[in-house]
Amino acid sequence: MQLTLWTYEGPPHVGAMRIATAMKDVHYVLHAPQGDTYADLLFTMIERNAKRPPVTYTTFQARDLGGDTAELFKNAAREAYERFKPQAMMVGSSCTAELIQDDPGGLCKALDLPVPVVALELPSYQRKENWGASETFYQMVRNLADTSLKRAPRDAGQRARCNILGPAALGFRHRDDLREISGLLREMGVDINVTAPLGASPADMARLGDADFNVVLYPEIANVAAGWLKRTFGQPSTRTVPIGSGATRDFIHEVAELAGVDPAAVLANAEARAPWYAKSVDSTYLTSKRVFVFGDATHVVAAARIAAQEMGFTVVGLGTYSREFAREVREAAALYGVEALISDDYLEVEARIAELQPELVLGSQMERHIAKRLGVPCAVISAPVHVQDFPARYSPQMGFEGANVLFDTWVHPLMMGLEEHLIGMFRGDAEFHEDAAPSHLGGAMTPKAVVAPVAPVEQAAANETLTPQEATWGLDAEKELRKIPFFVRGKARRNTERFAIDRGVSLITVETLYDAKAHYGR
Amino acid sequence: MSPVIPIQSVSRGCADAPVLKERGQREVFCGLTGIIWLHRKIQDAFFLVVGSRTCAHLIQSAAGVMIFAEPRFATAIIDERDLAGLADCNEELDRVVTRLIERRPEIKLLFLVGSCPSEVIKLDLSRAASRLSGRFSPDVRVLNYSGSGIETTFTQGEDACLASLVPVLPPSAASAPASLMVVGALADVVEDQFARLFKQLGIGPVQFFPPRQANEMPAVGPNTVFLLAQPFLADTAVALEARGATRLPAPFPLGVEGTSAWLQAAASAFGVDAATFEAATAPARDRATSAVARQRTQLAGKSIFFFPDSQLEIPLARFLSRELGMTLAEVGTPYLHRQHMAEELALLPEGTFLSEGQHVENQLDRCRAAQPDIVVCGLGLANPLEAEGLTTKWAIELVFTPIQGYEQAADLAELFSRPLVRRLRLAA
Repeated sequence: MQLTLWTYEGPPHVGAMRIATAMKDVHYVLHAPQGDTYADLLFTMIERNAKRPPVTYTTFQARDLGGDTAELFKNAAREAYERFKPQAMMVGSSCTAELIQDDPGGLCKALDLPVPVVALELPSYQRKENWGASETFYQMVRNLADTSLKRAPRDAGQRARCNILGPAALGFRHRDDLREISGLLREMGVDINVTAPLGASPADMARLGDADFNVVLYPEIANVAAGWLKRTFGQPSTRTVPIGSGATRDFIHEVAELAGVDPAAVLANAEARAPWYAKSVDSTYLTSKRVFVFGDATHVVAAARIAAQEMGFTVVGLGTYSREFAREVREAAALYGVEALISDDYLEVEARIAELQPELVLGSQMERHIAKRLGVPCAVISAPVHVQDFPARYSPQMGFEGANVLFDTWVHPLMMGLEEHLIGMFRGDAEFHEDAAPSHLGGAMTPKAVVAPVAPVEQAAANETLTPQEATWGLDAEKELRKIPFFVRGKARRNTERFAIDRGVSLITVETLYDAKAHYGR
Repeated sequence: MSPVIPIQSVSRGCADAPVLKERGQREVFCGLTGIIWLHRKIQDAFFLVVGSRTCAHLIQSAAGVMIFAEPRFATAIIDERDLAGLADCNEELDRVVTRLIERRPEIKLLFLVGSCPSEVIKLDLSRAASRLSGRFSPDVRVLNYSGSGIETTFTQGEDACLASLVPVLPPSAASAPASLMVVGALADVVEDQFARLFKQLGIGPVQFFPPRQANEMPAVGPNTVFLLAQPFLADTAVALEARGATRLPAPFPLGVEGTSAWLQAAASAFGVDAATFEAATAPARDRATSAVARQRTQLAGKSIFFFPDSQLEIPLARFLSRELGMTLAEVGTPYLHRQHMAEELALLPEGTFLSEGQHVENQLDRCRAAQPDIVVCGLGLANPLEAEGLTTKWAIELVFTPIQGYEQAADLAELFSRPLVRRLRLAA
C-alpha cells in the first residue's frame, strides 16, 4: 500500500484510452464500475476534444457482483459494436473488473464479432498509464498489422517511406510535434506511410509493414511496438528524440542515413532562432543558472541536454517518474554529474527541489506547484497534462520550431517582464523596487519604511555561542539586504540564513551577508 | 379510469408520474468525488481513500488538478503485494495511517473511505477504523464509509460520509428543548444567511451538520427536528431518525419558492406565527424575487434537458420551470427518492418526462431528438455536445457553487442564463 497525494500517471487503462481516442474507427469496451467514466473528462475537458472518447463502460454495480457481470459485459460489447460499427474493438478491464476476473477477451470472442478484437491485459495494481499506453499500442500493432506485406527493396531514386510512431491523445504537445516532424520529414524528401496511433484507423495499421523505417517520437509509448516491427518487418527505428536544436540536427542526420538522403539542405534552411538567441549578449545572464529537471523520461533527458548545451545552464538535479526508463535517465544524470531521482512520490520531488534550491525548475504541472510554493520560477516541459498544456496556438516541443518555443518558454519565467541586467543596473531606482506601482498605471506608491530587526541585537549576541536554530538579522545587515534587488532578495536571505546556521552564527551582520554571498557565489 | 369526472381537478404535479428507469453506461462520478467539497467543509478532517491508482487519479482530475499543494485527502493505493497476500492489508493500512497522522498532527477526524477495489476484496474498513480509533484516541477519531462506484453515485458519497458520523453525534439531553438541525454540506456563506434567518424567526437552537470543525458535532435525540438542505441524504436521514430525530418534509431551499417553503416547514414546527415569518423573510424574499425576475427574461420559454448527476435535478427543474418559465424536456436523476422528493414532485408540471438511472447512449439520442436550448450534463459530455451545437451547463458547478437560499436564487438562475448569453455573444 502506498500513500499518494497526487499521481503523475493514471492507471494503465487510461493509457489504453489514450490509444483508442487517438485512433479512428476503433471502440474500447471497458469492464468498469460507475465512476470510471471520469476518464472521459481528461479528453473532453483537458484536451478539449470535440468528441467523446470511443469508450463504452459496462458500469457494473454492487448488486451485479453476485449475479452475472460477464453477461453485462457481453451485452455492453454487443451493443457498442451495433451502435458504433468500428473496424476493430478493444476490450479490457479497469482495476475493479480485474479483481472479478471476467476475462473480457474470452467473452468477446464468444460474441463472434465480425471485426478484430484486441484483448488487453493491463495489470492495474502493478503498472501505470504510460505502460498501459505502450502495451496497448503494441497489441494494436501486433494484431492489426498485415504481416504478409513486404516492402520491396527501393529502386535507385525512389523516395524512402517511414511510419511515425508514438503521438497519442492527451500527449504533451503531440499534436504540434507531429505537424513539425511531418513537415521536416517531407522537406527531407521522406514519405510518410502511416502515423500511429494518432489519426490511424485499423486499415492504416494494416499497412505498417509497407515502410522502410520507423520514426519513434515518444519511446514511452512506441518503443515496444517499434521493436516488434523491427523483428517482423526488419524496419529500423530512429533513436534520437528531436527535442532541442542539437537533438533535431542529430535526428536529421539519423533520418538521412536511414532514408539515404542528403541532410545538408534541410540543415542549412533551418529556421532555428533559438541557438542565435542563446548566443546573443542579451542572454548572458542565463549563464550557469541552476536548473532542476523532472518529468517523463523522454522530455527530461532532452531538456537536460538543452539546458546544459543550448542554454548554458547548470543542471543541478534531474529525475523522472517513469520507472520503466530509469536506466536512460540515470545515464543522462551521469553526464551532468548528478544523481537521478527516480520516484513517483510528489513529496520526495518537493524535498529534493527544496534541498537543491535551483533557480529554475523544468517540470510537470506538479513541479509547477512545488516551485510556486518555494518561490522558484518554473517552466512546464512534460506530462501529466493540464488544460494549459493544450494551447490554442501552434506550440511544438520538437524540431527547430520546438527549440524556439522552448527558448521562449524557459526564459520567460526568469525574466519576470524585465531583463535582469537592466534591473541590476537600475536597482534602487524609483521605478524598480517592489513597492513601486506598475509604471503603466501611473503614480508610485509610498515606499514602506525599512522594518527594524525583530530581535534585540544584544540578546542575539549573547546567544552567539550556542548552536542556533535560527539566525537573527542585525540592523545593518537587514539594511544592506534591502539594497539587493527584490527579485533575488528572498534567495539571498535564505542563503545567508542557511550559511549562518551552518556556521553557528546567530547574529547576521553585513560581514555574514557578504561571506555567504562569496560562499554561494560562482 | 374513474367514471366519475372530478368537478375540480387538483394538479398533483408529478407525484405519481411514471419514471423511465434505465440501465446502462452511467456518465457520472462515483461517491469519492464528494471528498472534494467535504474536506473543505470539515476543516480538520482528513479523507484517506483506500483504493487504486484510478481512485487517486479520479479525485485529482475531478478536483481540477492540484488545487492545494498538500490537500487533506489522499489515497492509500492497494498494490499487487496486498492482493497477492504478501503484505497484510490491515498492517499496511495501519502503517500508512500512522505515517499520515505523524505528518499531519492537526487532523482530528480521519475518514477511511472505501472504494470499488476495497469493497470487492472485502477489506473491512469498519474494523480497521475502530482498531485505529482505539490506537489514536483521543487525539484522532477514525471513521469509515464507502464512496465506491459500485455503491454510490457522486453526491451519495456525502450521504455515506454523514451517515457514518451520525452514530458518533453526542446524544441530546432528554430534557433539552426542541432544536433544529440543518443537514447537508452548505457553503459557509449560505449557512450564515440561514442562521440569521432562523434567528429572526426565533427558531433555535439551530445546528448545522456537517459542522465546520470535528469537535463541533451537533447533539441529536428525540427533541431534534431536521431539515434536509440537500436532496441526496437518504441514508443520513434514516440514521438520524434511528437516533430519534424527526425529518421535516419540505421542498429544498433552491429558488425563492423552495427557500420559503423550506423555512416555512421549520417555522411551522417551531410555532412561528405568520406575521413573524413575513417580517423575517420579506426583505430577502422580495430582493430575491426581483433579482430572479431579471434572469427570467433570458430563460422564459427556453427548454432544458437534465442528464442525471447529483440528485439536485428535480429541485432545479422545479425552480427553473416555476420561477423562470423554462420548459422541461427531460429531467434525469441518478436516483429518485420518492419520499424525500414528494414535495418537489408535487410542484413539477404535470407530464414532465422523468428518468432514473442512465443509459447514456439512449439518453443522448433523446437529447439530440429534443434539441433543448440548454443541456445540464457532466464534464465528459459537455464539450462534445457543445461541438454538436447544443448549449450546456456543467452539472458539477451546481454542486460546488453556493446556490441555496434567497440571496443565491438569482445566482443560480444566472448559472443557466450565462451559457445562453455566451452563445449569443459568440455568434454575434
